[in-house]
Amino acid sequence: MQIFDVFLLEAVVNGVLLGGILALLALGLNLIFGVIDVVWICYAELIMIGMYAVYYLYVVYGWPLWLACVCSIAFIALLGAALHQYVIRPVLRAEPINQLLVTGGVLFLLQGVATLVFGIEFKNLGVRMPTLELGEMFLSVARLIAFVVALLGMIGVYLFLKRTYLGTAIRAIAQDREIMPLMGVNPSRVFLFTSALGGALAGLAACLLVLQYDIHPAIGLSFGPITFLVCVLGGLGNMIGGFIAAFIFAQFISVGGYLFHLEWGYVIAFVFFIAVMFWKPRGLFGGKS
Amino acid sequence: MRPWVSQVGLRWVGLALLAALPLTGMGNYPLHLAIMCLLWGFVYTAWALMGRLGMVSLGHGAFLGIGAYGVVMGWNNFGLSPWIGLPIALALSALVACVIGWPCFRLKIVGHYFALVTLALSEVARMIIVALRDQTGGSLGVTPNTALADQTWSLSALQFSSKLTWFYIMLAAWLAGLWVWTRVDRSMARLALEAIAHEEDAAASIGIDVTRLKLGVTVISALMTCVGGVLYAQYQLYVNPETVSGIGISLQMVFGAIAGGMFVRLGPTVGAVFTLLLAEVLRLVLGHDIHGLDTTVYGLLLVLFIIFMPKGILGAALEAWQRPRAKPHLTSL
Repeated sequence: MQIFDVFLLEAVVNGVLLGGILALLALGLNLIFGVIDVVWICYAELIMIGMYAVYYLYVVYGWPLWLACVCSIAFIALLGAALHQYVIRPVLRAEPINQLLVTGGVLFLLQGVATLVFGIEFKNLGVRMPTLELGEMFLSVARLIAFVVALLGMIGVYLFLKRTYLGTAIRAIAQDREIMPLMGVNPSRVFLFTSALGGALAGLAACLLVLQYDIHPAIGLSFGPITFLVCVLGGLGNMIGGFIAAFIFAQFISVGGYLFHLEWGYVIAFVFFIAVMFWKPRGLFGGKS
Repeated sequence: MRPWVSQVGLRWVGLALLAALPLTGMGNYPLHLAIMCLLWGFVYTAWALMGRLGMVSLGHGAFLGIGAYGVVMGWNNFGLSPWIGLPIALALSALVACVIGWPCFRLKIVGHYFALVTLALSEVARMIIVALRDQTGGSLGVTPNTALADQTWSLSALQFSSKLTWFYIMLAAWLAGLWVWTRVDRSMARLALEAIAHEEDAAASIGIDVTRLKLGVTVISALMTCVGGVLYAQYQLYVNPETVSGIGISLQMVFGAIAGGMFVRLGPTVGAVFTLLLAEVLRLVLGHDIHGLDTTVYGLLLVLFIIFMPKGILGAALEAWQRPRAKPHLTSL
């Protein structure tokens, strides 16, 4: 009975750590939805490209890890801006669902390009992270680092949105898109900057995920759907809601996976999601209508 | 000027030519392609039935999976003939469609939210299949036990070694799909559903039963997709969770329908032919060595389609053709 509890506790702690990463993923997506009103179905694929960027700079070109990470974040930020400029902008006035689907096309495109350029073999950073022994629990240091950095990143974004002029403009646009241009805010520039910021968050997530997982072109599919569900669960565009929902969802996956089996953890989490949708269609904490 | 061949006549000639196609002695490979075009044409038509009314479902992989795995599991694990497995799978699909659809439509979950809720559904289906790996074979997929050891066809097992038989089965399914489309298209329900797609509250205010109508077309679409899954499994004699459910196949259905044009009857079929031929041509031209090029081109084309040709190939072609004659009914072809 004693051992059972320790393992359960370990699952809970791992769930919290997973929640940090999910919250970071959800933040980028929520930011973009909140401001531009577009769901990037290909968000996880941006992260996949970011992971490859880190891998190539660090392993193939032998750059220091921190520099590789910084450059990858900048690269994905540029990619996010380009995605907005060349793919989203032409359909910004079309049916909302077209904007969702066009990024679905980008999903296939990025997956194809990744397969073409990087091949289908699994790539690994080869960085061995130690395991931390805490009482009778074993915790991965890579996950701890990811959790802490994700939290710091989110605090950074929060301060940016609250304390800077540009951040205020972004929040203003998110609240009322019609009025803000009259107040002298240029929405196209704000959109472009938000996309770059969303991309940078994807890049940051890539740096954290690449420490824990092998890279392959289809890896986006393994956490992309979860990210959308976390966002919807918290209310699309509601950043605080997404943050809380990420931790709830992660507990379902982690503890459910511990009590039954890994896939069942996901199944339970997804069924929970569908059930919540019927109880609160706009998410647990209400989203933008 | 009166056209010298009526549209109806043209349609029958086209159908006769299509039915005679495999009798020309075409090889096995083109025949296989024709079969796949008809099958996916049928499935995409099923999707477009609700997609064109503003209900963009990313969850149809679930129904495809229920159909495919329903019959194969029944056959392999319980020795049930696909003829018994089919109604079970259909009942299950209808049930799932109602369980998801009814609250969605009651609570007015539309647009992005509907797409993402249904996306969860297709992922649930995929993960349940993987998680039940002792029964379903997990991600490795499963092959139905063969009934063709000492015969070339078995009606009770719904297995036929002849591609010709399959061609006519798929042709019949596809025609049935088009018939359903036409029936829905000509019904009052379609007008009501279009009103709902434009403005749900206004439609409800003039006495349209929004939930019931939406649920009806969803169930029809789910049942057809389920039949598509059954046919796919029985023809390919191999199913795999990635190819019948999950986000990949669900997006593929959406894009097939959009590429062809989901607002016209033959649009989804044109989309199926287009995407299949595109994949095959890319494969033949580039060979097997270059992994990922086909997906790259496919993705690029989808992006271009949605930006520049949101009505799809057939939709845009018909619009260009009919503009000078100013015929309002694009849907009549």
